Amino acid sequence: MPNVTSLNVNGKKLRVDVDSQTPLLYVLRDYLNLTGTKYGCGEAKCGACTVLIEGQAMRSCVTPVSRVSDKQITTIEGMEQDGKLHPLQEAFLKADALQCGYCTSGMIMAAAALLKKNAKPSRDEIVKHMDANVCRCGTYPRIVKAIEIASGTAKEVAE
Amino acid sequence: MNDDLELELERYELFAGPTYNFNFNRRQFLKAFSGGIALIVPVTNLIAHQDQGESGRRGNERVPDDIGAWIHIDEKGTVSVFTGKVEIGQNIRTSLTQAVAEELHVPLDTIRIVMADTDLTPFDLGTFGSLTTPRMAPQLRKAAAAARETLIALAAEQWKVEPASVRIMNARFVNHDASKSLTLAEVAKGQKLVKTIPTDIAITAAKDWTVAGTPVPKVDGRDFVTGKHQYTTDLRREGMLYGRIVRPSALEAKLVSSDTKAAEAMPGVVVVRDGDFIGVVAPNRETAIRAEKAIAVHWQAPGQPGNDELYAYLKKNAEAGRARPVGSVADGMATADKKLSQTYNIAYIAHAPLEPRAAVAEWTDGKLTVWTGTQRPFGVREELAEAFHIPQEKIRVIVPDTGSGYGGKHTGECAIEAARLARASGKPVKLVWTREEEFNWAYFRPAGVIEVNSGVKNDGAVTAWEFHNYNSGGSGIQVKYDFPNHDIQFHNSKSPLRQGSYRGLAATANHFAREVHMDELAQLVNMDPVQFRLKNIKDARLKAVLEAAADKFGWSRKKTDGRGRGIACGFEKGSYIATASEVSVDAKTGRVKIERVVESFECGAIVNQLHLHNQVEGAVVQAIGGALFENIQFKNGQILNGKFSQYRLPRFSDMPVIEVVLVDRKDLPSAGAGETPIVGLAPAISNAIFDLTNVRLRSLPLAPEGIVSHG
Repeated sequence: MPNVTSLNVNGKKLRVDVDSQTPLLYVLRDYLNLTGTKYGCGEAKCGACTVLIEGQAMRSCVTPVSRVSDKQITTIEGMEQDGKLHPLQEAFLKADALQCGYCTSGMIMAAAALLKKNAKPSRDEIVKHMDANVCRCGTYPRIVKAIEIASGTAKEVAE
Repeated sequence: MNDDLELELERYELFAGPTYNFNFNRRQFLKAFSGGIALIVPVTNLIAHQDQGESGRRGNERVPDDIGAWIHIDEKGTVSVFTGKVEIGQNIRTSLTQAVAEELHVPLDTIRIVMADTDLTPFDLGTFGSLTTPRMAPQLRKAAAAARETLIALAAEQWKVEPASVRIMNARFVNHDASKSLTLAEVAKGQKLVKTIPTDIAITAAKDWTVAGTPVPKVDGRDFVTGKHQYTTDLRREGMLYGRIVRPSALEAKLVSSDTKAAEAMPGVVVVRDGDFIGVVAPNRETAIRAEKAIAVHWQAPGQPGNDELYAYLKKNAEAGRARPVGSVADGMATADKKLSQTYNIAYIAHAPLEPRAAVAEWTDGKLTVWTGTQRPFGVREELAEAFHIPQEKIRVIVPDTGSGYGGKHTGECAIEAARLARASGKPVKLVWTREEEFNWAYFRPAGVIEVNSGVKNDGAVTAWEFHNYNSGGSGIQVKYDFPNHDIQFHNSKSPLRQGSYRGLAATANHFAREVHMDELAQLVNMDPVQFRLKNIKDARLKAVLEAAADKFGWSRKKTDGRGRGIACGFEKGSYIATASEVSVDAKTGRVKIERVVESFECGAIVNQLHLHNQVEGAVVQAIGGALFENIQFKNGQILNGKFSQYRLPRFSDMPVIEVVLVDRKDLPSAGAGETPIVGLAPAISNAIFDLTNVRLRSLPLAPEGIVSHG
């Protein structure tokens, strides 16, 4: 039943009047117009809906909004600061780590969570962490490269 | 229509046969064109290789009635390119910008590409068949070159000098000693000039490219990494409602009864019933879902074949093929030292574009506007016109840059559904298919059975080649090998599931059967697979890519212990490919791991090596799914594995080391590259698995459960 949830999204305190069981994904997209976070499968199997909750990667499509009330939520829209792209966003452009771009928000958010807990991940650690995020265009090698560029472990710049 | 286009547009590209409708005619153009300078590309130029049209005329010409694309320089100096093509991740927005920038001698950021809006852009058959680069790009180059020459002539006229003394530097026109200059806007101001591109206009040869042929990053990349880009699924209109569709229990199920009372009683909910169509709209998504679930329906479904009988079913329902024999297969068989007959199977697979089908529909004063992710905006407009019995002029289809398609977004069912709900509710409606709807109600890459009978001499020369493809399609079915006697046929059949286009179409299936069979023949005559293929190749371009892949792979070196290797090569849609791979099999689990892939690719002159590299690499990754594990399971009209938790897709951990060798042929016209790089992986993997395990796998997917008998 409808109830009011207070949220903290990208540093802003907000209140939304929605059913407490509504997935965070739809609160972000339909009520807050933060459409950078995407729907892909609705069962936490593709990672397109990944956001950060207190710095940890979460699948917003299966997270009821009531569970994240008053927690720090970061979406792709919160990554750019004062017109300056986040190093991961820069790195994704540099490595050409996208084609259609639909998975990109989720990829960047998942990678941000990884770099938060492991500033210099090995290639295997990157693959393991990112394995639950799907890119249908097949840009995986470039996404790995982008994460390596952002973490300063890239051996060479992508061709 | 010339022959090679007809060949490329095989039946699976189009469901409802293309009715040419060059709707963007003179009248509409003149309505859209208020001033400035316009250069028009006639449709005929985009279809045929030979250019047609008038040349050398000055001043305004009669606007042709079949506009295929146009470039406009308005009085503010903005360069706009209008094309009906769509951007779905293949980065043509960038490559077409490069082409125009090069000829017009202006910076990339002065160019705006207006794509796939049926009110603004000329008719286009659709974005498929790898046709944008070979057909659209050269014509836009000509249009840009003609625009440049026109502008230079106008600048020269202002200065009363010879056009030859005027140059363009940094988007400015300068005179011989650079003492005077004019901007694009200053030259275009007050003009109202329309020209059809002349046939004799020279465009920059690939060897002289400075803008194309360079790794220009995605022109609007920043919008994607910041989440700002608005896909169809992200759009919002004033007063918009959210739609849901009540789906049948199975394919071809008929509605027996329904009870919609509970849903209708919900505040803000409108239930729409029209024949077997039942949909709901509500002010928000949550209510729409509740309303949909509150509708009680009873469906009656006919019994239908399932996976276990699929291949027998396709064979049983096959029609006779069209024989176009070359030489005599019987004679070839008679001279063969060894013969081989084998059958290969190809499963249905799903495109699973990450952005599902979606549409936002809005009716205003009897006019319908639909935003939707489709590869055929004009085809969808036609479908809408048919569905609602209104003229196409009353419909506008707009395609925002879309979250991929891979051939899966040619049809307009979601657009029709959204428009139906919007008409009933009198409000704009957004409909986003769920992942389950994508799997169940879209269409698949056709399944197929392929039979090959062949004969070979002990020296490796193939003397006879008989090839029958049942249902999967005719793309890539022809051989580039030098086979003296062959009979290659495609047979229509009855498909239990809805099927359609897919990246590369049947070229993957046909390459799979052909290249695995070639490997089997090499084994039969005890020849190295590369040497065996070379023995049967005369085509220099095919030979070049095969050797390039083998070299880079290190084919002549000693094999790595515990790994198998396989190779495959081919040709499709104007480009050549060879794929070499190395696999291992986990002794305990039987899991096949693709360790390394070397793919060489040649598509003529390379337009953007960065994005080409990305396309080739992406195709290899996508190909892993169809090669190893993707397989639609179905029974009685129901998809049994229609969600991501059940349908195995390639993931980060499936990724091999991928090495791409791009062969740049500046002396050859550029071919498209979105599709062909996908065709070589499956046979290369099957051949590598055989090399390692002696198990010959002839069905796609090859090893969804791993190689059980290994070790």
